[in-house]
Parts: sequence; structure tokens; C-alpha cells
Amino acid sequence: MAKAASMLSKNADAFGQWVDKRIPISSFWKEHISEYYAPKNFNIMYFFGSLALLVLVNQIVTGIFLTMHYKPDAALAFGSVEYIMRDVEWGWLIRYMHSTGASAFFIVVYLHMFRALMYGSYQKPRELVWILGVLIYLVLMAEAFVGYVLPWGQMSYWGAQVIVSLFGAIPYVGDALVEWIRGDYYIADATLNRFFALHVIALPLALLALVVLHLAALHEVGSNNPDGIEIKANKDADGIPRDGIPFHPYYTVKDIFGVGIFLLLFAFILFYAPDGGGYFLEKDNFAASDPLVTPEHIVPVWYFTPYYAILRAIPDKLLGVVAMGAAIFVLFLMPWLDRSKVRSIRYKGLGSKIMLTVFAICFIRLGMLGTAEGTPAETLESRVWTFVYFAFFALMPVVTSMENTKPVPERVTT
Amino acid sequence: MSKSATSESIQPQTDTGRRNLLLGVTGVLGAAGTGFVAWPFIASWKPSAKAKTVGAPVEVSIADLQPGQMARVQWRGQAIGILRRTDRMIEDLDRLTDRLADPDSSQDQQPQYAENTYRSIKPEYLILNIHCTHLGCVPEMLPEVEPQVFDDDWRGGFYCPCHKSAFDLAGRVYAGKPAQLNLEVPPYSFLDDDRILIGVDPEQGVS
Repeated sequence: MAKAASMLSKNADAFGQWVDKRIPISSFWKEHISEYYAPKNFNIMYFFGSLALLVLVNQIVTGIFLTMHYKPDAALAFGSVEYIMRDVEWGWLIRYMHSTGASAFFIVVYLHMFRALMYGSYQKPRELVWILGVLIYLVLMAEAFVGYVLPWGQMSYWGAQVIVSLFGAIPYVGDALVEWIRGDYYIADATLNRFFALHVIALPLALLALVVLHLAALHEVGSNNPDGIEIKANKDADGIPRDGIPFHPYYTVKDIFGVGIFLLLFAFILFYAPDGGGYFLEKDNFAASDPLVTPEHIVPVWYFTPYYAILRAIPDKLLGVVAMGAAIFVLFLMPWLDRSKVRSIRYKGLGSKIMLTVFAICFIRLGMLGTAEGTPAETLESRVWTFVYFAFFALMPVVTSMENTKPVPERVTT
Repeated sequence: MSKSATSESIQPQTDTGRRNLLLGVTGVLGAAGTGFVAWPFIASWKPSAKAKTVGAPVEVSIADLQPGQMARVQWRGQAIGILRRTDRMIEDLDRLTDRLADPDSSQDQQPQYAENTYRSIKPEYLILNIHCTHLGCVPEMLPEVEPQVFDDDWRGGFYCPCHKSAFDLAGRVYAGKPAQLNLEVPPYSFLDDDRILIGVDPEQGVS
């Protein structure tokens, strides 16, 4: 019996070697998993990268199954989603996993981005990790927008109307561009059909490619950590960072724990509040789209509302669109706006700490105002927070280069 | 010919001029070719022949329209309102001038034949694309003269529930609202006293 087992493992080894001579699987595994040394001081904020991957897989798998029943046709789309919800076995679960997954994606990504802001993970040499991450965020927003149009409910329709007409603010080419995007003189079947193609093929491919690049860039420069110090600066005789531990098994185990907690929360929302109280799936979207009747209160899904508040805060259409675009594009500049000698918020000065806190409050408050009705008082408040939003980026070079920082430790702390 | 025997001719010197020319020509032709190949894909997003056909003119009968009543039809997927204004409504149009962003319709939001106070061919009939010029929602018609939560001195008009833009009964936008342009007047013409053709200018034909 023992002899048979050793024969088997010998054969398995031989097969492994045969494969490895033809495709570098084991060296890839070593480089990126079992011998990828990550700082040993990761904290709770470091769960969200792997959770984002988990949600991406959830979206792809549930998405593939939804396309098997969904009909990208203006006359059939709304009905086919109802059909999935009522008649397809377990269809409701797959659909809610997908729709709740979309919101979960943004929650996880926003926390992941906030982590990067906290610990200066965008600073040299991780500029490209950050820029690729912002690109992922951009594609994700496009993916979420076209995806929200597909159920072809009232909010799908009128949300598409509002967002697509934003392009009309561009001087000279705006109107032609809007017509080109819609493929008709209004949001119509042609629009739905192409948004479906973008949602299930073009944008997911772009997203996957960017995720691969994001990870490739990360593994080239190595992970940052809550202390913001370079673990590669202190290696032992074997060339292994003294403060590094192999990603597998240490962080795979840690991440699996995170996955457990995440799935607990995810399942709770999935089963008890799949519409997220009207924030994940808006109530108006349970009515079929009607080009002749506008819902009383058009708001985008929660993850767009901070930018929507900025758009509405500015009384000029073109400038509003420009400000909204600038609010996103300014993120690309982060690596060069932060002039601090240290990375982590732990060792930055009081100024940076106050600014980051105010920025977080500002983003949340703008998000709340973006869902509000837009009374004069709310508009005024949106203007104040819009100013604060941009002030965070404008003041950053000044504050970070002038403030006193604390001394950074030689080795990571716990 | 004796040169051909040397080692230099076995590994000839790169003719950089020739190489750059070839690279340049290949690059330019390649870019032009890519452009030509890209065009069908880009153009495939334009409204199809079918969409253009469906976007044909719409004929509307106004024989039964009562004063103060608005009929709605769809033209190119847009909601088009045909409002038969009362005398009171027509008289009010002159009084609102100082509260409007563009009372004289100087912005190009109407055909030339509707560039007047009434923004219409006949003062009585207003033909209007009732999609808000801010972000395309359909404003409600609130025709009565009565105080509103958003305006104590409301003289009747259109009010957009999306972003609170307001328009008078000629589709002219009130100043200081998110929308900055008057509602659009589509091309239209009278076939006779009782029939309107939307999408066709009086003399020029299909637009």
C-alpha cells in the first residue's frame, strides 16, 4: 500500500516536472503566492483587495448565468428580469447576488482606496499601482452604469437619459456624440443592446486586463504596509525581507477569515434586504421604463451620488460636468500631490490627519446630498462640500511639504 | 566587388535612412488602414436606417383640443406637447420678461418661424419638445395661476421634478435654474387648420 502511494507521488512529481518544462506554473505560483513576501503587519484595512477579487468572481459567475435568461431587447428586457426573479429556479438568488454584488464591489473598492490614502500606498514607487487602480475604478463605474440600465426599469431608463445627456454639454460635438452613444434619437432599443454588449464583454475584458496589470505592478514593487516603510530595505542573508512573510499560507489564511466575515454580511443583505433599503436597487426601478413619464425624483445608485452632488452643486451644465470629471481625474494626481517624506498617516503631521478625516466626511456627506431632493439649503451645502473636496487635493502639496512628520521606525510595528 | 569578400559585407551596416523610411511609411499606412477599418465599427453606433425611418414625421389632429388643454405625442421618442393656450396665457407671456433667462428666444432653441414671444407659428398653439433642456426629464405642466412651493408668484408653466427647473407657458426657462436653455420647439407645420405635421418645416420639408 505504501509502495503504491510512493509510486503515485513519484508519478505526480514527474508529471509536474513535465508540465513545468513546458509552462512555468510552479515558478509562477512561487513568485506570486508561496514566495511573494508581504509585510507581516497587515491590518484589517488589507482585507479589501482580496475581497474585491472575490466580488469580481461573484459578478462574473452570476453574470454569466444571468445572460442565459436575460433578453437585451427594449420590449423584452424588463419582463425577462421579472422572469428570472419569478420563474427561473433560484433565479432570484442569482440576480440578487449580482445586484447586491455590485454595491458590495463599490463598498469594498472605496475602503480599499481609503486604505491607500491612509497609508500612502500611491507614493513612489507605487504610482502605477495607484493609477491602474484608479483606471479599474473608472471602468468599474462605467460597468456599473451600463449594468444598471439593463433591467430597463424607470430608473434604468431615466438614469441613462441623464448620464448620457451629460456628454451633450461638450461644446460643438456634444449633440452628435449623444446621438452616437444612443444610436437613436432617444434612449432606445439600440442603446440597451449596445450597453448589454459593453456590460458583458467589452468592459469586463478591460476590467480583467487592468486587474492583472494592477497585481503585476504591485508584485513588482511589493506591498506597502500600515507603517509605510519599505520592507525590501532590510533583507536577511537569503535575500528575504526580515519583515516579510510568504503570502501563502499566512495571508491566504488571513484573507479566508476576511472572506468569512464578508460573506456573513453579504448573505445577510442578500436574504433580508436585497434592495438595500432602496439604495442598492431603487424602488422606481421595479416599474417598467416609460419614455413619456419621468419619475419624480431621479437619483443614481448610491456609489455615484458624491459625484452627482458635485454635478448638481454647480449651476452651469458644462462646468458641472467638468467639475464632476475633475473630481474623478484629480485622483490620478495623488502620487504627485503628496509631497510628504513619510507614507503612512501614522507618521504624518496633524494637518494631514485632519485633512484626510475631513475628506472622508466630505465624501460621505456629498454621497448623502446626492440622494437628496436638492432644496436650496442642500444645494448650498453641496457647494461647500464640493469646495472642500477640491481643497483636499489643492492643499495637499502645501500641507504635506510644510508639516512636521514623526520619525519613522526602522522595522514594522504591530 | 572585392568588398563583398570582407566580413563587413557578411554583416552589412544598417542603412538607417532606408529603415526609417520603411518604418515611417509602414507607420503612416498602418495608421491610415487602422482608421479605415475602425470607421465601420464607429459608424455602426450611429442611428440605423430603421431608427431613421421610425423617426419620420408625425401627423397630429388638433380639431378637438380645448383651450388650456395639452395633447402629447411622441416624435423620435421625444415627448411633444401641443398646448392650446387661453387668452390669459397668451397675455401673461409679456409680463414675465424680467424673470426669464432668455425671454426673446435669442438662443437657437426654435426654428426661425417660432422666434417670437409666443415661440410658435400661431400664438394660440404652442408645439414644444417637453424634455427639460437640463438633463432630459419631462417637466409637469402646472397651468394654473397659483402660488407653488417653489414660486409664490407662479403664472402657470412647466416644472421639472428632477432638478427643479421651471418654464413658462411658451417653454421659456426661468432665470437661475439648472436648465439654462428654453425648451426646444421642434420643426412643425400646419397641414391645414386642424392638422399639424411634426418634424417638417413649413417650407423646407423633412428635417
